[in-house]
Amino acid sequence: MAGTATQPAGTTEPTRRDFIVVAAGAFAAVGAAAAVWPFIHQMNPSADVLALSSTEVDLSQIAAGQSVTILWRGKPVFVRHRTEAEIAQAKTDDTAVLPDPQKDADRVKKPEWLVMMGVCTHLGCVPLGQKGDFGGWFCPCHGSHYDTSGRIRKGPAPTNLPVPEYAFLNDTRIRIG
Amino acid sequence: MADNSNSGFFANPVVKWIEYRLPVFSTIDHMVGTQYPTPKNLNYWWNFGSLAGLCLVIQIVTGIVLVMHYTPHTSMAFDSVEHIMRDVNYGWLLRYMHANGASMFFIAVYIHIFRGLYYGSYKAPRELLWFLGLIIFLLMMATAFMGYVLPWGQMSFWGATVITNLFSAIPLIGEPIVTWLWGGFSVDNPTLNRFFSLHYLLPFVIVGVVLLHILALHQHGSNNPLGIDTKGPQDRIPFHPYYTIKDAVGVGAFLIFFSFWLFYAPNFLGHPDNYIPANPLVTPEHIVPEWYFLPFYAILRSVPDKLGGVLLMFGAILILFLLPWLDTSKVRSAKFRPIYKQLYVVFLIVCVGLTWAGGKPAEGYYLIIARVCTVYYFAHFLVLLPLVGWFEKPLKLPASISEAVLKGDAAPAGKA
Repeated sequence: MAGTATQPAGTTEPTRRDFIVVAAGAFAAVGAAAAVWPFIHQMNPSADVLALSSTEVDLSQIAAGQSVTILWRGKPVFVRHRTEAEIAQAKTDDTAVLPDPQKDADRVKKPEWLVMMGVCTHLGCVPLGQKGDFGGWFCPCHGSHYDTSGRIRKGPAPTNLPVPEYAFLNDTRIRIG
Repeated sequence: MADNSNSGFFANPVVKWIEYRLPVFSTIDHMVGTQYPTPKNLNYWWNFGSLAGLCLVIQIVTGIVLVMHYTPHTSMAFDSVEHIMRDVNYGWLLRYMHANGASMFFIAVYIHIFRGLYYGSYKAPRELLWFLGLIIFLLMMATAFMGYVLPWGQMSFWGATVITNLFSAIPLIGEPIVTWLWGGFSVDNPTLNRFFSLHYLLPFVIVGVVLLHILALHQHGSNNPLGIDTKGPQDRIPFHPYYTIKDAVGVGAFLIFFSFWLFYAPNFLGHPDNYIPANPLVTPEHIVPEWYFLPFYAILRSVPDKLGGVLLMFGAILILFLLPWLDTSKVRSAKFRPIYKQLYVVFLIVCVGLTWAGGKPAEGYYLIIARVCTVYYFAHFLVLLPLVGWFEKPLKLPASISEAVLKGDAAPAGKA
């Protein structure tokens, strides 16, 4: 027992006991961290919530100039069948002063179909369609104006209305998510 | 104990700043730290108090997160538990921790109680400490019972029906009381909702009583395996680091034991019928409570009279409140009580026998065994303990803890 653990006074050389204390402490800390993770992760979306995270939309019933609002992951998604005039306006505005510059072509898969989240990027209200100074959307909560491509033009919102991941299953059907 | 207010941890300027305004660190230090003097001869049976405390923390933490996913409604409760098991991230782990954690809690508390019975920890001046422990035990039983109802399986429903019907045995006001408990004319949604509310509340009440339990403990300090009072500094060591590290060893062993159930037999202690949704029209063939209620269930069933069975069952717990006076011996530890030591072993076997009989059908030899054990259980407290205290000749007590601890060493007895 004696010998290895004994230190002459004044030495700072770590002892075997110091090593055991640090090793045991580190082991316990890693174990505690691993045990904490399930308690944190349980608050993330559960498997059934994730399973509901895609939805399909039939486009055949939406005439030009009409919009539908789809509930996806508990939030509204705007699907707008844009008119020729709106598409032309959106393209023209590519060169306007944009707080969050993005080309209209980068925001759509087919120019006549604009699919985007209906959630204002300021504080999460749902903007009203075909209102505001730019012929697009207007958020009544704090006065953010979006254009015909859903880009922020004026007001407190920092970014454009985001485009969710979606795909055309055929000409008249899309799957969001 | 040396005043270490100016050394080590307490020399840290941040600690000093806080301590000057709110004495939180010194309070902890007096509670479970360097300023709590503890008998130096505590053995591993003294680990189970802190382990029970750990179980309470595990139950509260897992319970709080389970409530984030559970729905207390008869039409959704069962499904929401299955949702926890299948969909919620680590939900299976959290629920199994909670369900098996309840069993671990009772194991720790039962060992803690039987430790107290062996070493006479209930005797003067620790009677109120013992009372507070019994109150915690009663609260635990109420909490565990109501928690078992929440998954709304067959055992939940019929367990709740049987246990609440116990109160109908009370003459005259029994039926109105049961209706009041149910919030209706059978166990139904109002019952589930109130059980959920109370199941969330009572653990925090337990925390409060645990703090009182610790307060009462600190008044005269821990009992010890010799059952004699500490007589001076030579008999004591500070709780920290000596017993914090000993408790930590116990925690390590406990976590291995807990993990075995959790990961290898998570449903062993439960009943498969509780994975069948509650059906008010069909009673399961064989209703059994959770294992930790079985001894009391056996006592209930061994009496042919309804009211008598209920009274005896509650009496089995309430009699423990009289124990400090029923045990007439002045010697605390069974180590020095040759006859009580043997009676203790018999009593332990009887309690195990009641647990076993409670899990069997109430018929034939099972019923006879349950009845014999029930009679012995009460005789132990009401007849044997008072008599043994008078007739038993205890062994000679050591003069002090340090004398007993150091015997065999060169140190002469009584030197301290």
